Amino acid sequence: MKETLSSVVIKQEWDIVGARQAGRQVSQELGFGSVDQARIATAISELARNIYLYTDEGQITFEEVRDIPKVGLKIVAQDQGPGIKDLSAVMKDGYSTSGGLGAGLPGVKRLMDDFDLESNESGTKVTAIKWAR
Amino acid sequence: MRVPILKLHNYLLVSIQIELDDQTAMEFQEDLLSKIHETGATGVVIDLTSVEVVDSFIAKVFGDVVSMADLMGAKVVFTGVQPAVSMTLIELGIYLKEVPTALDLEQGIIKLRQELEEK
Repeated sequence: MKETLSSVVIKQEWDIVGARQAGRQVSQELGFGSVDQARIATAISELARNIYLYTDEGQITFEEVRDIPKVGLKIVAQDQGPGIKDLSAVMKDGYSTSGGLGAGLPGVKRLMDDFDLESNESGTKVTAIKWAR
Repeated sequence: MRVPILKLHNYLLVSIQIELDDQTAMEFQEDLLSKIHETGATGVVIDLTSVEVVDSFIAKVFGDVVSMADLMGAKVVFTGVQPAVSMTLIELGIYLKEVPTALDLEQGIIKLRQELEEK
């Protein structure tokens, strides 16, 4: 069972903050504690920044997922950008093509419980789930 | 929106109470360095008690501001890092080992005083 809670378009730098605030609100409503809320907001920030830095536009969608008795928040970050050339490199800590810290995707994987990355020439899709405890 | 920077004797005090987007963070970095230059401050305390999210970009800006201020001859101490922020940063893989920190404003001032006396 799943339900889409909200969706944020990422086009401008300010949208990163917008996505993070939307994610924090959704995670609060789903009953996540303050530390998990910070993990979720940070993960969204990293995903949104990747869209902003590397593509023209993308979107982040929040879904409620249920695997009885568990409730989780599923974050889908999707863009129609050029795709990631070297998928194994971007999952290594410290790898960055933009002068950043290279903590983004491997960091998101650690902050969330489930993580999936798909990418080809017509876009990139990152799916991450955090389960409420 | 700008982050206010207050002067107290030869220290600068900053309390970040707004949600930092990338641009505000970069402006803050510039404003702080200009203020150090203007006032000749030798120490800076940046309080993060109200900051709920620090992502890799903001962490980089914070790390850079320590190195930049250091190059100018001023010490920066961060205070009030929330437990959730600390856990999230370490899980992200960001250790900020070069960044001096203290529990709260009071400890931050003590730390600055000690570091500046040692020089």
